[in-house]
Amino acid sequence: MSIGLHNSEFKNPVVRWIDQRMPVFTMMQKEYGTFPTPKNFNYFWNFGALAMVTLMIMIATGIFLSMHYAAHTSLAFDSVERIMRDVNFGWLIRYIHMNGASMFFIVVYIHIFRGMYYGSYKAPRELLWMLGVVIFLLMMATAFMGYVLPWGQMSFWGATVITNLFSAFPVVGNFIVELLWGGFSVDNPTLNRFFSLHYLLPFVIFGVVFLHVAALHITGSNNPLGIEPKGPQDTLPFHPYYTAKDSVGLVVYFIVFAVLVFFAPNYLGHPDNYIPANPLVTPPHIVPEWYFLPYYAILRAVPDKLGGVLLMFGSILVWFVLPWLDRSPVRSMRFRPLARIFFLLWTVCFLVLLWVGAKPAEGTYVLIARIATAYYFAYFLVILPMLAKFERPLPLPESISRAVLGGGPLPMGAAAKPMEKA
Amino acid sequence: MTDNGHAATDGAPRRDFLMLVTGAFAAVGVGAIAWPFIASLQPAKDTLALASTDVELAPIAEGQAITVMWRGKPVFVRNRTAKEIQEARAVPTNSLPDPATDQSRVQKDQWLILVGICTHLGCVPTGQRATDARGDYGGWFCPCHGSHYDTSGRIRKGPAPRNLDVPQYAFTSDTKIRIG
Repeated sequence: MSIGLHNSEFKNPVVRWIDQRMPVFTMMQKEYGTFPTPKNFNYFWNFGALAMVTLMIMIATGIFLSMHYAAHTSLAFDSVERIMRDVNFGWLIRYIHMNGASMFFIVVYIHIFRGMYYGSYKAPRELLWMLGVVIFLLMMATAFMGYVLPWGQMSFWGATVITNLFSAFPVVGNFIVELLWGGFSVDNPTLNRFFSLHYLLPFVIFGVVFLHVAALHITGSNNPLGIEPKGPQDTLPFHPYYTAKDSVGLVVYFIVFAVLVFFAPNYLGHPDNYIPANPLVTPPHIVPEWYFLPYYAILRAVPDKLGGVLLMFGSILVWFVLPWLDRSPVRSMRFRPLARIFFLLWTVCFLVLLWVGAKPAEGTYVLIARIATAYYFAYFLVILPMLAKFERPLPLPESISRAVLGGGPLPMGAAAKPMEKA
Repeated sequence: MTDNGHAATDGAPRRDFLMLVTGAFAAVGVGAIAWPFIASLQPAKDTLALASTDVELAPIAEGQAITVMWRGKPVFVRNRTAKEIQEARAVPTNSLPDPATDQSRVQKDQWLILVGICTHLGCVPTGQRATDARGDYGGWFCPCHGSHYDTSGRIRKGPAPRNLDVPQYAFTSDTKIRIG
């Protein structure tokens, strides 16, 4: 062994030669091969991997779409129609990309729900959680700008309404809006910069996902019990146990994805977006894509322009401080009889906001939106901080393996191979 | 999978079999996904729809040539003089780098239709206008690397390996052709 070379354990001479000089194989083996993973994951723990796969699908389909797309107000709509009609399999690639955005949000919402329910945001995983919120914000920006690109009526008016949100800020508002537009209305410069950023941001997301995973591999994964693994008897090597479990989830996920793409590709879209953008006529009923509806409902629930905008941004920014709002030392809500009810109510509120966001902003709908908005914030700012003081959690199990197997800690020599670290 | 006859004897071949089947499914899946993506890079239907060009021959006087666009490439349409035809036919075929008779390259003697792309590295040869350099053989001359083509568009001197290509075309009337 020469000086300066990594001490590789790989036998294949080519792999070994590379690994000695750049130990990527050793790293992959450590992070995805033997990586000790709590052995009690349920299927909620598939969704991180599903989100990763979806990101790659979106980048792949997006790169191929951009080869046929023209980012100009006079060409964009027709170039998208050309993709749908003339480009070989263009319809398939576009429908995957279009519905992939929805699938991405479904997967990430479940991933976030899982993190909230099982307390994955709590120490020592606060930074991991915050990086996740950053990814979500980047996803929202990317999805919004992607929706503008086909330059249909919803693209145009969605872009107009969302960019105008920034005009609510005093003093700097109009400056920001003109900066976004590159003019005095949503127009060609806006479309060009949105295309550029829509291409850029997924790679930024990819970078933050890398940090998200890097942070995860320091703290290790949380698990449905919310207690830390106490040794090798509580964990399994990531491969083949969780590569296999993730693959099962992935196959089911692809089936759902395929059903949407092949049988209801426009179910989650708006027919108005197949009308070319017209700056002189606003469609009678404009709504954002479904995944933005809860925030849209919060925006409309407030009878004040600036207040609505602040509350809307605040509804996501509050996630950043969630680890410090929820001071209860118990992670998993399985052992928090009160928090569990309040959190499930919060989830219902989120879904109610999603539903009411698509309804006209009048009558009872406004009242419903206001009640749901109030509870949305009360849960974070009042209920969680108070529960930490007043809630009496159920007794936690002694260890993962005791909870999983019922009996005492078993030897489990067969399943748990010797690992580098527990 | 024919090698699983001994699968019952112990667990290892059975596991090998499962690994191979899983791998085969994954490979077929990846292929099935890759196919539409690669197909999307091939010419789209609207590109293929533009793949034929109609040319009116009547305005082209004897000795004159015009250049038309077909599939994004120049096509030379030349109304040859009797002298040019005779020159092209006087050459013994077997003395040519890419042997072909003049008759095999035209449908009507006076009309020579060629893809105007040098078969060396894709430049457009000069010789369409009377003032252009036409090379040593009175046809076309490629300024990029010095290939000389004769009045039948055949390579006579220089690095080009083949004669200028004759596109697929048909006379739709006495004075009209459709290329493609």
